[in-house]
Amino acid sequence: MLTETTLVPPSGGADKIRCDACPVMCYIKPGAAGACDRYANNNGELVRVDPHIVLERTVSHGGRLVPFQASGDWDGKIVQESDVFVTAIGAGTTYPDYKPAPFIVSSEVDGVDMVTVVTEGIFSYCGVKVKIDTDRYLGPEAATVRVQGEAVGHVTTSEYGSQMLSLGGVHHLTGGSKKEGRVTCDALMDLSNGKPVEMTIDGGATVVVEAGHPPIVNGVPEERMRVGCGSATIGMFAKQWLGKVDEVVVVDDHITGVLSEHQAGKLLDIPDTGIKMKGRRSTPGRYFQVAEPGTGWGGTNISDPLSVLGPFDPKTARPGLRMMMVSTTGEHAAYFELDEALKPIEKEIPADLKLSVERIQENCEPALCTVLFMGGAGGSLRSGVTENPVRLTRSVKDALTSVTCGGAPVYVWPGGGITFMVDVTQLPQGAFGYVPTPALVAPIEFTLRLSDYAALGGHMDHVRPLSSLRDNTELRQPPPQTTTRRA
Amino acid sequence: MTRLPQTGWLADGRRLHLQDGPIDLIVEASGTAIHVRAAYEAAIRQFTGLLDTLCDELPELRRAAHPDMCALQGCVARRMHAAVAPFAAASFITPMAAVAGAVAEGILDAMTASADLERAYVNNGGDIALHLTGDERFTVGLADDPGTPSLIGKTIIEARDPIRGIATSGWHGRSFSLGIADAVTVLARTASQADAAATIIANAVDLPGHPLIVRRPANEIQPDNDLGARLVTRGVGKLSHQKIAEALGAGICKAQELLAAGLIDGAALHLQGVTEVVGLKDIHSSVRLPRKETATGTKDMRHAAMACGNGIAGECVA
Repeated sequence: MLTETTLVPPSGGADKIRCDACPVMCYIKPGAAGACDRYANNNGELVRVDPHIVLERTVSHGGRLVPFQASGDWDGKIVQESDVFVTAIGAGTTYPDYKPAPFIVSSEVDGVDMVTVVTEGIFSYCGVKVKIDTDRYLGPEAATVRVQGEAVGHVTTSEYGSQMLSLGGVHHLTGGSKKEGRVTCDALMDLSNGKPVEMTIDGGATVVVEAGHPPIVNGVPEERMRVGCGSATIGMFAKQWLGKVDEVVVVDDHITGVLSEHQAGKLLDIPDTGIKMKGRRSTPGRYFQVAEPGTGWGGTNISDPLSVLGPFDPKTARPGLRMMMVSTTGEHAAYFELDEALKPIEKEIPADLKLSVERIQENCEPALCTVLFMGGAGGSLRSGVTENPVRLTRSVKDALTSVTCGGAPVYVWPGGGITFMVDVTQLPQGAFGYVPTPALVAPIEFTLRLSDYAALGGHMDHVRPLSSLRDNTELRQPPPQTTTRRA
Repeated sequence: MTRLPQTGWLADGRRLHLQDGPIDLIVEASGTAIHVRAAYEAAIRQFTGLLDTLCDELPELRRAAHPDMCALQGCVARRMHAAVAPFAAASFITPMAAVAGAVAEGILDAMTASADLERAYVNNGGDIALHLTGDERFTVGLADDPGTPSLIGKTIIEARDPIRGIATSGWHGRSFSLGIADAVTVLARTASQADAAATIIANAVDLPGHPLIVRRPANEIQPDNDLGARLVTRGVGKLSHQKIAEALGAGICKAQELLAAGLIDGAALHLQGVTEVVGLKDIHSSVRLPRKETATGTKDMRHAAMACGNGIAGECVA
């Protein structure tokens, strides 16, 4: 059994603690470990930091892993079930990686001898893909994304309701100046470890990205994703507007919708209103480019919605005509009635229309930043697993070997190599590190049948039984979560 | 009450695993069943309380060793001092530089004193004390990281060889290094001698003032470390082949000096994918740079070794 450990504040400084787990009685600074590497000072608290985090593993159909934080009361020490999964976090590695992975652990899973090759891979070829749920204009496609003035990536093609950034990669890590490499490495590590990173986009916005949190665009936190494009919004809500208003314009940077002209309005026999839109008409009731992209209404640069309208056609329009303009998030909305000169005059939104605006808001999902770490397990990392690296690649492709990153499921790209993506919020905090190369250090585990491991030239003489890790000496209590992480 | 160390068998049921505080030992003995059992019992007896005895003298063990005088009392502590004393006149070294090897040696001595063994070893985190008789031999894998067994090379030690100790030192290891070697593995007469020499040679593999090397005062990381405010290596960026050759060259000079003085029987020095060996005629390194780069590296290495001009006969082993 362990001896009782207590904290004795040293005389000469409040930051250090003294460990009395053994007679060496190390003074340990915050963030550092004692001589044994088993105990460390975590913000003034003595914690065990032995090399491994052992995850509970539920062998359900298909033997999928339970997300790391699924059981809230797990204390990191007690292996409660027979099937546990060892992650690579803290397993340690060196550069370059042409030696056996630090721990090759065998355990019985589903009656077959399973091997998990546990290592921390050093990824020079790596980066993060960032999805930012916003329709606000962040910057032109292919524009450079900067952190502390250094180029760390670029804006890539946008997705539905989201702007996408591609950051990192070997070009920024090692291809540019030393500062560029360092800043890129820091930004990637912070993003991967769930910390906020402020970035500016050339010709665009300043955005704070934090995995699992809303983006902050030019100082304003984004709350919701748009419900759909303007045309989709018309389709969704046309029926609810019928009879309560004569015209609805849904302002959107991509496609602005006009109720009376839209197919949905036609089906409801909504009469023409004589409205005249700016921008380029795509199909009836659908307009591209009513304004420039920006951080105003519906991801455009406008703050006055009427600026997207031309004068009403006096042949069709009539005084008293009721018109609502709303953005695709419901964040902006205004109600107008035409005066005798057919000029829209803003009035308070009637209660029943306000309800539809709230419903648009309700249908918008919370805006989040998501960060996927993407890396390639290249030549040298694989040789830590097997003496014949290409067989590992083939084994992964043949689905004989499953790849996980800190215990989290990954998507492995088809094609050559082992290039994978993982949602960083599924990893325990602090799972990513770096080396001065600069390159990122990420945990990676390969799990396969022991017999398959032998067949692909595995380091059989380094396979250790799980029981050798399971005793208390080699479990690490993960640091407490300070941010909410999605399962 | 004496604290009891953690004692257990590794899963193969053959090897004994002993742990107490920072000491982690893997022990194996072969011979007749009765003797093996007696040896393991002796190992556990010897290990119980060993850390406490060492720690009683910890302040003295953390002070620079005197080349001639030793005020230490404990058996392991005196062994540590004896191992570092040959280096103490020329450079700063504390008995702590030999702690791992000395502990391994102390346990092995207790085992062989209590039982007739054909072959035995005590592996203290890569610092290994050996016992070999008759036709027994020991295959040693070379590590590029002291914390990890490795495949970068191997050599075979036979009973008739004088070698009974193996140790590896490098900046990745649990102990701090003043140099930048990924690993220096030393073969010597005893584990404690190998341990001290590996520390000295690993310290010598260095590029003073090189911008890609991150160094921190040791006591900034571990306040009570025996190295005090001396700068220890915390990171090494990717070095050019020329710089690797230069750093290894400095280490080779030191290793050759120790070889000539009879303090070591061989050493393998490893830095960023390049392995160089000193004094081992049959050591096999399995890792090489691509051919073209090896040629350049080798040339530079010779150059560096000659430039140090220490008069030791023999050329660097390519």
